[in-house]
Amino acid sequence: MKFGLMVSTGPYTHQASDTAFQFAKAALARGHEIQRVFFYHDGVNNATKLTEPPQDDRHIVNRWSKLAAEHKIDLVVCIAAALRRGIKDEVLANGFRISGLGQLVDSGIKADRLVVFGD
Amino acid sequence: MMTDEIPGDEPAGPPGGKVKKFMFVNRKAPYGTIYALEGLEVVLISAAFSQDVSMVFLDDGVYELVKGQQTKGIEIKNFSPTYRALDGYDVEKLYVERESLDARGLTEANLIVPVQVLSAMEMGELMQQQDVIIGF
Repeated sequence: MKFGLMVSTGPYTHQASDTAFQFAKAALARGHEIQRVFFYHDGVNNATKLTEPPQDDRHIVNRWSKLAAEHKIDLVVCIAAALRRGIKDEVLANGFRISGLGQLVDSGIKADRLVVFGD
Repeated sequence: MMTDEIPGDEPAGPPGGKVKKFMFVNRKAPYGTIYALEGLEVVLISAAFSQDVSMVFLDDGVYELVKGQQTKGIEIKNFSPTYRALDGYDVEKLYVERESLDARGLTEANLIVPVQVLSAMEMGELMQQQDVIIGF
């Protein structure tokens, strides 16, 4: 099955980004496709390479980058939500790109299921 | 208002493609969090994709449609007039849950746009018919 994901909360404060990641990993392991992960609302904060968690904690941002590289997953950050929150191209971690909200609707159209993670 | 179309972000909708039923579920008060405003931005964009779009207002989400919002004191833009512009974007299916209105002492007469009032049961049936449901 082809899944589109949306992450609507930032890293660490909420578990949603962790859960989305675990979902993606599990789906891929079962042979499903992750068509796109769209980061909206505070979810855009999952995309900044300035993130530096303590060493004994998981690195949520780098974990997404690694998964995207391994499985060629399209990680899209909403431009309007990103600019509001100080996320720009110059702070984007590997594998993320900034684009419009149309990419979320496009995901809803092209994926078999759109799954939302967040409040 | 508030469109953020950029090159390479062209609508992938019909003609030729399939039309899906998109439902946007609004559950939160208009101010206090950004969800109502950013949710509305998605709805406006989705209209450009020629999909079958509907909006639902549940719980505190019904406050998004209340007439006479005064936001000067909190220095946040009153974006409620945008709901009146939805018609121009061909977003005409607006559903409000009766139980949510009742619980807040509101009626259709308090709302800024014409809506269809449904019971929670009817709302559930409507949700079952959707292809994509996004909640804000």
